[in-house]
Amino acid sequence: MFFWIVQRDLLLAIRRRSDVLTTLFFFIIVVSLFPLSVGPEMNMLRMMAPGIVWVAALLASMLSLGRLFANDFLDGTLEQMLLSPQSLSILILGKALAHWLVTGVPLVMMAPVLGLQYDLPADALFVLTVSLLLGTPVLSLIGAIGAALTLGLRGGGVLVSLLVLPLYIPVLIFGAGAVEANMAGIEYDAHLSLLGAFLLVSVVFAPWAAAASLKVSME
Amino acid sequence: MAINWYKYASPASFYSLAGKMIPFFAIIAFGLLIAGLYIGFFVAPTDFQQGEAYRIIFIHVPAAWMSMFLYVVMAFWAGIGLAFNTRLSSMMATAIAPTGALFTFLALWTGSLWGKPMWGTWWVWDARLTSELILLFLYIGFMSLQAAIDDPRRADKAGAIIALVGVINIPIIYFSVQWWNTLHQGASVSVTQAPTMASTMLTGMMVMVFASWMYSIAVILKRVRVIILERESHTAWVAELREKGAL
Amino acid sequence: MLQGNNLACVRGDRRLFKSINFTLEAGELMQVNGPNGSGKTSLLRMLCGLSNPAVGEIFWNGAAIRSLGGEYYQEMTYIGHLSGTKDDLTALENLRISSALGGVKITDKHARDVLVYMGLGGREFLPAKVLSQGQRRRVALARLLVCKTKLWILDEPLAALDVSAVKLIQKLIEQHLKQGGMVVMTTHQEIDVTAASTVQLQLA
Repeated sequence: MFFWIVQRDLLLAIRRRSDVLTTLFFFIIVVSLFPLSVGPEMNMLRMMAPGIVWVAALLASMLSLGRLFANDFLDGTLEQMLLSPQSLSILILGKALAHWLVTGVPLVMMAPVLGLQYDLPADALFVLTVSLLLGTPVLSLIGAIGAALTLGLRGGGVLVSLLVLPLYIPVLIFGAGAVEANMAGIEYDAHLSLLGAFLLVSVVFAPWAAAASLKVSME
Repeated sequence: MAINWYKYASPASFYSLAGKMIPFFAIIAFGLLIAGLYIGFFVAPTDFQQGEAYRIIFIHVPAAWMSMFLYVVMAFWAGIGLAFNTRLSSMMATAIAPTGALFTFLALWTGSLWGKPMWGTWWVWDARLTSELILLFLYIGFMSLQAAIDDPRRADKAGAIIALVGVINIPIIYFSVQWWNTLHQGASVSVTQAPTMASTMLTGMMVMVFASWMYSIAVILKRVRVIILERESHTAWVAELREKGAL
Repeated sequence: MLQGNNLACVRGDRRLFKSINFTLEAGELMQVNGPNGSGKTSLLRMLCGLSNPAVGEIFWNGAAIRSLGGEYYQEMTYIGHLSGTKDDLTALENLRISSALGGVKITDKHARDVLVYMGLGGREFLPAKVLSQGQRRRVALARLLVCKTKLWILDEPLAALDVSAVKLIQKLIEQHLKQGGMVVMTTHQEIDVTAASTVQLQLA
């Protein structure tokens, strides 16, 4: 059942490729705006790069949260999911995985290219990619809770950012921190381990909290 | 004699109970406030390092403590409301949020006022100030979510979930910010060395802490009463109150 | 056996209905009647467990449905106002996915046969967005042919359907009842279904 949902959401994403590309281009544009706003001084940009890429990833992931449940809510599929004999948490885990494959993975793949624009050294690029790989699924999972809570509310898009962005802060700190530590020549293993721990904890708890939220929102 | 707690779990009886309790807490809060401010401003000695500016801690420290404590209390009541479907607990949570946010804002404001003479800037990305700022975001998130939902029962439950998720995250956020702060130590001024406190200072601060407690209880009860009236406006007992001219 | 015990529904400050009692046995049809806004859909959503009654309890074979969860959903199919068909998926994909969600995995062949039976032959591979309202409804109702559930809860199943489709659905319901199934439905149309016994539930 889990794979059915993943497969279905991927199929839907393929039928609507433009949605996927919009998120990716948003990410690219935000990252490209920073040199224009703070100046092209390479040393400064190199220092800021991890933070910029991570903040842009956070915003891009958050913007795409609206699609996680909203369409299924409008056409009644979400009702059917709630009435499925399958556990709702598993279905949500599947949807979050599909969301990450569609929005998170393109960002991860794009990040090294954007890092090059900021003149990041090769091993920093590698750490940046790994940190995004571990961190972006957490964003999708935590985001699912926010998306479920704001389902069908007016101004839901802005509201979801108020709810979700503060919860993203630990991921941001350790994600960007790993790259900065690497560039400063410090061990960065601890950062990545913590990101991994966040991922495990959110895989276990976030679908469950999102399921409870969905039930509240659909009542 | 056992007190019948269930009796007070009904909004109607809690409404009148709260009405009787408010003056009590309000008077104590006012008395403690006067005493605390008097000790803080006139009795406590001038600090040899920080001069008179340190006196802001008589407001800052109680505010910071209350801000964190109230979030936990809010999440507790919201969680009880979600688990046992008790309306009054959820109303308590809703009533606590603005007071918690107010104390968070006060802590940030007074922290910044203190920072100017101490650090020379209004704002420093110090771990505690940053955590306090994030706490303010969490309060604002809770209140905005509840405000956006028309159905009060859905608002209660949705608010409870976000409050519980927040309360689980607070230690993680606090720890992350600590780590982040030590990693970037060069950029900020450390305030971790606690100044040794004269006992009158400590007394003044504790009196102010109790004043904040009493104030919070009084204000939150008052707000719960308003929320009860709003939600129960169509019930018979509210109509009865209206007839008696008690509203 | 589906049982409603002293059910009440409150929306905001308004009470839609109260003291609703009924018992539905195997082979019985329950028709929920009432004007617009009387709470028919709210009642059906309660019977599904999508929302909880303000007062009262709903029992399935003697156990409260809110304690049953997934067990109940294995025996119940709900088709509501919103058909749950995805614009971007074909009729075939829609049927296969919706029945999988309901716990029944069907083969491509089986799904195509069902769609042909529902009068959608030749349209299996069209995306749902090009289908008409009635055709989309047929795709949604096609689930009734594949599901193996005992209780069907149908909210206005005949809306937007043409005469032949209405006959088809009525026949489906009749067969289901004959095999010992149960149906709860709302409709504004006259229906022509022979059932062992029909329970009429009138909402004010």
